[in-house]
Amino acid sequence: MERLDAEKGMKQESAELLIEGAGKRFGEVAALDGVSLQVARGELLTILGPSGSGKTTLLKVVAGFEKPDTGSVKIDGVEITALPPARRDIGMVFQNYALFPHLTVERNVAFPLEMRNVAKPEIVRRVADALALVELAGYGQRLPRQLSGGQQQRVALARAIVFNPRLLLLDEPFGALDRKLRETMQLEVRRLQRRLGLTTIFITHDQEEALVLSDRIAVMNKGTIQQIATTTEIYERPANDFVADFVGESNIFHGAMSGPGTVALEGGRTLQVKSDKPAGAKVGVLMRPERFASGGANAFAGEVIEAVYLGTSFKLRLACEGGLELLVRQPARGALPAPGTRVAVGIDPDAIHVF
Amino acid sequence: MTARGFWPALPALLLLFIFFLFPVVRMLGFSLEGGSLDWYAKALGEGLYLRVFWNTFEIALLVTFFCLILGYPLGFLMATTTPLWATVGFIFVLLPLWTSVLVRTYAWMVLLGRNGVFNRLLIDSGVTEDPLPLLHNFTGVMIGMVHVLLPYMVLPVYGAVRRLDPAIVAAAEGLGASTWRIFWRIYLPLTLNGIFAGAVIVFVLSLGFYITPALLGGGRVIMIAVLIEQQVRETLNWPFAAALSAVLLAATFAVYSLAQRFTRPQEAT
Repeated sequence: MERLDAEKGMKQESAELLIEGAGKRFGEVAALDGVSLQVARGELLTILGPSGSGKTTLLKVVAGFEKPDTGSVKIDGVEITALPPARRDIGMVFQNYALFPHLTVERNVAFPLEMRNVAKPEIVRRVADALALVELAGYGQRLPRQLSGGQQQRVALARAIVFNPRLLLLDEPFGALDRKLRETMQLEVRRLQRRLGLTTIFITHDQEEALVLSDRIAVMNKGTIQQIATTTEIYERPANDFVADFVGESNIFHGAMSGPGTVALEGGRTLQVKSDKPAGAKVGVLMRPERFASGGANAFAGEVIEAVYLGTSFKLRLACEGGLELLVRQPARGALPAPGTRVAVGIDPDAIHVF
Repeated sequence: MTARGFWPALPALLLLFIFFLFPVVRMLGFSLEGGSLDWYAKALGEGLYLRVFWNTFEIALLVTFFCLILGYPLGFLMATTTPLWATVGFIFVLLPLWTSVLVRTYAWMVLLGRNGVFNRLLIDSGVTEDPLPLLHNFTGVMIGMVHVLLPYMVLPVYGAVRRLDPAIVAAAEGLGASTWRIFWRIYLPLTLNGIFAGAVIVFVLSLGFYITPALLGGGRVIMIAVLIEQQVRETLNWPFAAALSAVLLAATFAVYSLAQRFTRPQEAT
């Protein structure tokens, strides 16, 4: 009940973010190379990439801590590229939370409101609302160091949303939490973001996390966006090798279309696929390990070279004819196949993605 | 302390015992000559000597104050500027520290004298007609002592600002704090420990200062160490000198332990 009231007070129009042709060089290295993207009102967009991919630079450009060499950043159509961070009205949760160690939880959350010269009684009310929203009512008088990692995270979140920011930025906020807590916090952040309708950019190198949280994912590598799409699109139909490899487990092969619906792989093997690419076109082929079944239009037989028991499934590495090595997941039923065992699997054309 | 940890420290402990603890005890012995507290009564009872103690504390406080208002901005700047400028700052701060106090004090005499560099400049440029009294007075002692002790304030401040997580400052900025407010609300409270450490070092060192007040004060600014020296060298009154030293030592300890009580435990950042 208390939560619902709190939420009503905080919900307000969030903004739309538009980045156009953002470029940033550090010496010889292009940290950002002409990045353009749009985040819709109330959307949670994840920027996913390995370290050094430019995702942190992009975040800093949006937050205003870094000025791009080229391009522009707009919130609701208004250019903010040159605006200092303090005047952007963007809530941010830092990797290590960056709570003010000398201020109580209450004073931490009150900070952005005090900076905006909000009247005292209103500050008290809004801080209480924000703390209720992250389920930390009653912790107001504690110092950050007296809180657990998860609680500090909630304080950081409360501090980032208490002033109704136009945009919420989350910079790998779950990295320091243990697995269980991380999953709880992920779902909680997602719920909160949806309920408040906050336009949110979430930065991570953890593809699993990205799939759980996002409306859309932008995969970054070497300063460019490799693909922006919904989570299923990214997973099922990656645009290139990098995305296919970075998101999830994958079997990636290369070859050329040898006719309608057939691909000749580099090793000589042909595959039945669903694709309207013209004959002769060079293509990549992605087969997710869990899409293999015991039979299918494309049959593989191979010898187990590695077998791992994962609770719900077996993860098998198979050496197949023609030098193909396959990663396959099977439901964990019966005994784990020993290395050396021969196993036959198959995959249907529509489970194979051609790019 | 485990036995294993004790042995490597033995040479230093021996050195401290022979050249510090033993002489201090001997000195205390001098001051209690004949088993009476007469010399202490004189040191603490006569207005003249109390005034010297008061003078000493006053100068030490003022030196600490000036070191603070000069040293904090410098230490802060060095901690937040580019590495190149920080290095330049370090050279300027540390160079005097590596130079003998005596040399630096004589250098100030050259600069501050009636016909010194400063007065020449002031007269030649028409700012004043007569030379300003900068040497052999309170002003001279202040300038000299602040110069000698400034590094002891700059370095702890530098360290405290450097220890601050830059993300905390970025967070404040992102939450809407102006530069001024970031300073008052974030930097200052989170570097108080550094300020305090620097202030205590400067104050305690000031209390026992000898060369600078002796040379730049020209006999007109008497600090307690100057008085002790006179007792030893001119009036050969060793017991009284010892009693004055003991009082200074006690006062220093008192200030130090008081300061310790006010120092808060290091913030976990």
